[in-house]
Amino acid sequence: MIKVEDVHKSFGDEEILKGITTEFDKGKTNLIIGQSGSGKTVLLKCLIGLFKPEQGRIYYEDKAIQDMDDEQQRKLREEIGMLFQGGALFDSMNIEENVMFPLRMFTKQKKADMVARVNEVLKRVNLENVNKKFPAEISGGMQKRVSIARAIVNKPKFLFCDEPNSGLDPKTATLIDTLIQEITHEYDITTVVVTHDMNSVMEIGEKVVLLKHGKLVWQGTNQEIFKTDNEDVTSFVYSSDLFKKIREVQLKEG
Amino acid sequence: MKYLQDIGSYFLMLKRVFTGFTKTSVLKHLIFKEINDLIISSLGIVAFISFFVGGVVAIQTALNMDNPIIPDSLIGFATRQSVILEFAPTFISIIMAGKVGSFITSSIGSMRVTEQIDALEVMGINSLNYLVFPKIVALMFYPFVIVLSMFLGILGGWVAGVYGGFTSSSDFIAGVQEDFIPYQLFYAFFKTFVFAFILATVPSWQGFYMKGGALEVGKASTNSFVWTSVLIIAANYIITQLLLSS
Repeated sequence: MIKVEDVHKSFGDEEILKGITTEFDKGKTNLIIGQSGSGKTVLLKCLIGLFKPEQGRIYYEDKAIQDMDDEQQRKLREEIGMLFQGGALFDSMNIEENVMFPLRMFTKQKKADMVARVNEVLKRVNLENVNKKFPAEISGGMQKRVSIARAIVNKPKFLFCDEPNSGLDPKTATLIDTLIQEITHEYDITTVVVTHDMNSVMEIGEKVVLLKHGKLVWQGTNQEIFKTDNEDVTSFVYSSDLFKKIREVQLKEG
Repeated sequence: MKYLQDIGSYFLMLKRVFTGFTKTSVLKHLIFKEINDLIISSLGIVAFISFFVGGVVAIQTALNMDNPIIPDSLIGFATRQSVILEFAPTFISIIMAGKVGSFITSSIGSMRVTEQIDALEVMGINSLNYLVFPKIVALMFYPFVIVLSMFLGILGGWVAGVYGGFTSSSDFIAGVQEDFIPYQLFYAFFKTFVFAFILATVPSWQGFYMKGGALEVGKASTNSFVWTSVLIIAANYIITQLLLSS
């Protein structure tokens, strides 16, 4: 579980996060949604420690990052898996080396054991026979799956995903969403996904947090999001024609 | 004010490079890779340039000697002095600022743009130590490149001098051996080490702290060449003043 308490973050004079307080539950896919510029990626980067909030506290299982020394923070990061928007695979390494990277850095396993674990996670993300290929030689969807494999290879307790299905076709996007949710349940980890994709909200939004202009304006489940009368939610959710029509049908049917 | 901030961030970067070390087995692998990328892959261009510039120095010296009192051995002497004192350590370092410096900046800059550096940081890895330290260690082998450059520069001078009909082989060799001061080699290699450190760290700083996309990677590579060259020239002046002036 991750708890966020009154987090503020500014860049220069511009305040990006204005006192975010929420909780991300263990064993669930927690979604941070909002329009571009609402501060969701900044919040994610505060959660993973790439940005330091000026005010507020972030707790990982009751221990605040702010109270951790460098060694404790390093240990915590070993328990974090991250899926970046573009995959962030290392260009100079092949797929096997990319996935094996966290094992090489943080474990003392034998090479054969590491290769076996790499094959296991690659199989889990439905990728086989790509071990010796380089990131540039596989598709965007495959790169995302390799990135997921790398994120889970060291059995993390926390998984963060930054717009995991951006740039993917709808079918592959759904595959990635489903994979993230299955892995969350299978490993019983705390997953936080930043997205503005309403399909993702519908598919995997077990907990949804809506940000607007750096403020948390609503939180609930993907079931509740279509029932609420909250204006910020309705203006975000029903901004596309498809969802507008769904809304009209919903209203007609009472 | 920005220059002061940049200087500050360069030294803070150096501090982080030498702390939070990456696992030794991984680091060893990275160092060998960097030796291949930065040193071995530069040997061809360094050999080519050194041989021909050495030849040109010999020809230029010969063509400017119209006084019959000046012995032909001066061609060998002038080639040796030019190559060992300035051409090999300084001129080759400027070329390396273009070749190796741009490579370092663009590779680290691309990693920044594609979030690969963020990925390292999120994993709890000191990305500066992981990326920059192996480059510094690899470039400590740079004096071997300069030794090769010195040898080929003088060889190029000998080939151009002898086969161009400007001097005899024995005169050239006598000139190369004339008034040899070993301290000048110390001076040449001392500044080579300083240039190697500049070559490893300044382009790394440019790449690591760049912001933006592909266009900015290109701009950072250009800046990297400019600043690395400027610092090499400035360091050359200071070191020469300190070590050679009496």
